[in-house]
Amino acid sequence: MSSSISRSDKIPSPIGVSVPRIDAREKVTGAAQFADDLQFGPSLLHARIKRSPHPHARITRIDVRRARDLRGVVVVVTGEDFPGYIGLYLQDRHIFCRDRVRYVGDPVAGVAAISEEIAEQALDLIDVTYEPLPAVLDAVFGASREAPLLHPDLGNYIVASFIFPEPGTNISNHFKIRKGDVSSAWPQCAAIVEREYRIPHIQHVPIETHVAIAKVEESGKVTLWGSSQSPFAQRNLIAKSLGISQSDMRVIAPYVGGGFGCKAGVSMEALAVAIATKSRGRPVKLRLTREEEFFTAFVRQGLVANFKMGCDQDGRLLAMENRFLWDGGAYTEYGVNVTRAAGYSSSGPYEVPNVSTDSYCVYTNHPVGGPMRGFGMPEMHAGLEQCIDELAEKIGMDWVEFRRRNCLKTGSTLVTGSKMHPTGLPECLEKAAQAIEWGKKAPPSAPNLRRGKGLALMWKAPAMPPNAGSSAWVRLNEDGTLGVGVGGQEIGQGSFTVAAQIAAGALGVPYEWVRIATPVDTQYSPYEWQTVASRLTWSMGNAIAAAARSAKQQILDMVAEAWKEDRADLDIVNGQIISYKTEESMPLKDIVIYGLPKPDDSGWLGGPVVGRGSFMPTYVTGLDKETGQGERAVVHYTTGAQAVEVEVDMDTGRVRILRAVAAFDVGKAINPDMVRSQMEGGMVQGLSTALFECLQLKGGVVQNPSFVDYRIATTADVPPEIEAIIVEVPQDDGPWGARGIGEHAMVPTIPAVANAIYDAIGIRVGSPPFTAEKVFLAMLDAGLVK
Amino acid sequence: MSMHRIFLTVNGESRRVAVPSNMSLLQMLREELALTGTKNGCAAGECGACTVLMNGEPVNSCMVLAVECEGSEIVTVEGLAHDGQLDPIQQAIIRHGGVQCGFCTPGVLMSARGLLNRHPDPSEDEIREAMVGNLCRCTGYFPIVRAVQEAAGMAR
Repeated sequence: MSSSISRSDKIPSPIGVSVPRIDAREKVTGAAQFADDLQFGPSLLHARIKRSPHPHARITRIDVRRARDLRGVVVVVTGEDFPGYIGLYLQDRHIFCRDRVRYVGDPVAGVAAISEEIAEQALDLIDVTYEPLPAVLDAVFGASREAPLLHPDLGNYIVASFIFPEPGTNISNHFKIRKGDVSSAWPQCAAIVEREYRIPHIQHVPIETHVAIAKVEESGKVTLWGSSQSPFAQRNLIAKSLGISQSDMRVIAPYVGGGFGCKAGVSMEALAVAIATKSRGRPVKLRLTREEEFFTAFVRQGLVANFKMGCDQDGRLLAMENRFLWDGGAYTEYGVNVTRAAGYSSSGPYEVPNVSTDSYCVYTNHPVGGPMRGFGMPEMHAGLEQCIDELAEKIGMDWVEFRRRNCLKTGSTLVTGSKMHPTGLPECLEKAAQAIEWGKKAPPSAPNLRRGKGLALMWKAPAMPPNAGSSAWVRLNEDGTLGVGVGGQEIGQGSFTVAAQIAAGALGVPYEWVRIATPVDTQYSPYEWQTVASRLTWSMGNAIAAAARSAKQQILDMVAEAWKEDRADLDIVNGQIISYKTEESMPLKDIVIYGLPKPDDSGWLGGPVVGRGSFMPTYVTGLDKETGQGERAVVHYTTGAQAVEVEVDMDTGRVRILRAVAAFDVGKAINPDMVRSQMEGGMVQGLSTALFECLQLKGGVVQNPSFVDYRIATTADVPPEIEAIIVEVPQDDGPWGARGIGEHAMVPTIPAVANAIYDAIGIRVGSPPFTAEKVFLAMLDAGLVK
Repeated sequence: MSMHRIFLTVNGESRRVAVPSNMSLLQMLREELALTGTKNGCAAGECGACTVLMNGEPVNSCMVLAVECEGSEIVTVEGLAHDGQLDPIQQAIIRHGGVQCGFCTPGVLMSARGLLNRHPDPSEDEIREAMVGNLCRCTGYFPIVRAVQEAAGMAR
C-alpha cells in the first residue's frame, strides 16, 4: 500500500469529536429565528381557519358573505377555490374540503384579516350547513365490510408505485409478507404466544406549534416561510396542487422548534399559501394555537396489532403471524408508508424462517396520521417485544438468552429475504444487559414497592422512497473558511453541526471555519428530499463529504500543477495545503478565490472554488406485491437495545423509572456527545409515551387538547440519568461508517418498561400508556391488591 | 379596546409602550418591542417557553397583562448576556448539550436564572422542582439539570 492511501484512510478530525453545537450560541441568546419570529411589517395579514365540528359529514352549503363583509377582513376562501388534490404518497385530499369533511378540524374555509382577532371573529360569520354521515371511529370497524366508505374515489387517486390501496374499501394500503410457510411451522412449535395490543394515538408535541407565512407576488411568484422539516417536498407538492411551477415557488425554512415528524410533508402550510393566492402582494400568516395543534396536527396513528409467534424447545423462533390495522385517519399523508415500513420490519430484529404479515392502513374519521419519531416501529415493537418475553418464559428461558439466540446477526436472513448487513445488535444486547446488571435483583426501596427489570431490542430502517436524494455545495471564502449549503433542516437533532463536521473533516479545515448557509431556502439551498427517517447524517452527510472532496480535488489539482508535484503527495490539513514530499505548505486562503500563478509566470491557474456533491441510494429494489420478498428492501437498519429498572407502587400503581440504559449501533458516531443526547432525549420521549401519553378521542373529538390534560414527561418524571452506550459497526455506505440514530432512541422503550413492570408485579398490563390508574386496576383485577 | 401607556424597564432600558388592555406581556415583548427571543408555546401558562423575569422572579409572560408591568423590571433571554459575555447558565447549558431545537431554551434559561437568583446553591431535587413548568421535548432534561448544577457551582 502506498503511503498516500494510508493517509487518506485515517479518520480526520473533527469526525468522532464532540464539538459544541454550531447553533448553540444563537439559541441561548434568543437570536435564533423561528418562523413566528420573522418580521413582516404592517402589511401582514393574519389567517384563521374555519374547521369541521363533525367527524364525517357532507357539506351542503357554505355562505361566506357575512364574513367577507366584516370590516378588516381581506379575503375568505373555501374549497371551491382550490380544486387540486394533494398528498405525499397518495393524493387523497384537497387543501380545503370541497364536498365532505372527514375529521373534527378538517379545514372548510380560510379567512385573512388585518388582525388575528378579526379573522377569528369572521369565522363565526361563516355559515356552513352539514349533513352528518355515519363515522368510522375504529380501524377494525373501518376495515370491515359494514363500514361506510370514506373515500369512494380511492381508485382514482394518484398513488406511489409501492403503495397498494384497495378501492371500494377503506384500506389505503395493504402490505403483505409471505415468507416460508407459517401454517406448517405451528405444529413444530413447543410454545406459541398470541396477543392483541391497542396502541393509542399520541401527538408529537413540539414546543413550537406549526407556523406558516405565505406571500404571492403580483407576478405569481410564491414564497412560503414555515416551521418545516420538508421545504423541498412542500415546494413540490403545494406547487403541483395549486398549478404553480416549482421554479416559481420558494420555501424558506428557519429553525424548527421541534418536529419529530409532525412538520414533515405538507400539513397546514398549504392553507396559508392557498389563502395568499387570493390576497396577492400581502404576506399571510397562519399560526396554530396549542389547542388547534392538538386537534389538527398530524398524530402518531393508532394501531391494533395481533401477533402470533412460536418457537421450538431450544428457543429458536420458528414462525410469526402478524396483523396490523393502522388507524390512518381521514387522509394519509404518511400512514400508507408507516404501514409498509411496519410490514417489511414485522419480524422485529429477529431471524424468523416463516413469517406472514398483513399490514393495513385504514381510513377513519380521526386526525390525519403523520410520521412520528420511529415511523411505526415504537408502536409495533411495543407488542412484539412483550410477546418475545412471554414466549421465552413459556419455554423457561431467560429473556436475554432468548434474544441472544434469535436476534439478527451479520448475514442473517431478513423477513424480506435479503441478508443483514454488518450489525452490532448482539453487542448492543450484551452491553445493555450488562449496564442494567441483568440477573441481579435488588430489593425495593420501600415495603409498598416492587422492583423489576425489563429489556427490549429494536431495529429500524430509514422509511422513504427508494431513491430519496441529497445534495450539497461547499464554497471557499477569501479567508479560507467554508460556506456549506445544505437542504436538510436543523430540527434540534444537530444536523447543522454534523454537516459542519463532515465538511471540515472531508476538506481538511478546522470545524470552527465552517458556516452553514441558513436558513434553508429552496431558492439557494441544494435539494434535499426531507428531514425525516434519521437519514441526514448518512445521506446528506454523503453529499457533503462528496462536495468537500470535490473542492479538495480542485484545489489539489491546481496546486499540483503550480508546484509541479504529484497530486498524491499533496493534502489539506488544518487549513493548510501541504506536500508530504517537499514539506512545503501554503494556507488555503491564499489560493481558493484568486488561484495561483503558473510556474513560469505564463498565466494563472484555478479560480473561486465551489465543490458540489449529491447522493442517492441506487440499490434499493422493489418488493413483490404478494410476498414482500425482494433483493434489498431498504438502505440499512439501525439496531439497538434498551433496558430499564422500575419500581411499582402497590398503593397507587405508579411506575417510577429508577434507571435506564440504551445501546445503539450508530456505525460511527460523528459527534459522540450529540449521539448520546439523541439516546437520552429519545428515551425520555419513549418513557413519556410509555407512562403518560394518549390522545383521547371520543366520537372523533379530541378530549385532552392541552398540556394539562395531555401530559408529557417533565423534570419530575425522568430517572436520575440514562446510560447511553455507543456501539460502532460501520455502515459500508455511510460517511466514515455512520448511520442514523434520531428516531431509534424511542423505539424499544414502551416494551422495555412493560417487561420491567411484569418482572416487578407479574402482570402484563399490555397496551400503553402504563398510567398509575391502569396499572392499579390491572393489579386489582389480578387480585394483587384490594 | 382602550389603550394604556406604560413605563417599564426591559433588559435595563427604560421603555414607554402603548398597549391595549388585553395585551399580554408576551405579546408586548414579541409584537411591540420585537424581542422575539421569548417564545409562545401555548399561551396558557402550561409550557414555560415564555418565561421571563419580572422584578427578579420568573413568570409565564403569557399569563401577565402588559398593563400589570407598569414600573416593573423585565429581563428576557436577550438580556441575559452582557457585553457579549454569556451568563454562567448560558455557558453551562451549551457545555452540557442542553440545547437541541432551542425553542424551550429561553424559558428554561430564565427559570434557571430566577432559581439561582433566589437560591444560589439548589439541590438536584430543588432544580427539578423549579424547572417542572418548563416543558422540553428534545433533551430529556438531564443536560438542563446538570447545567443548572454547574452554573450554581460557577457562581460559588
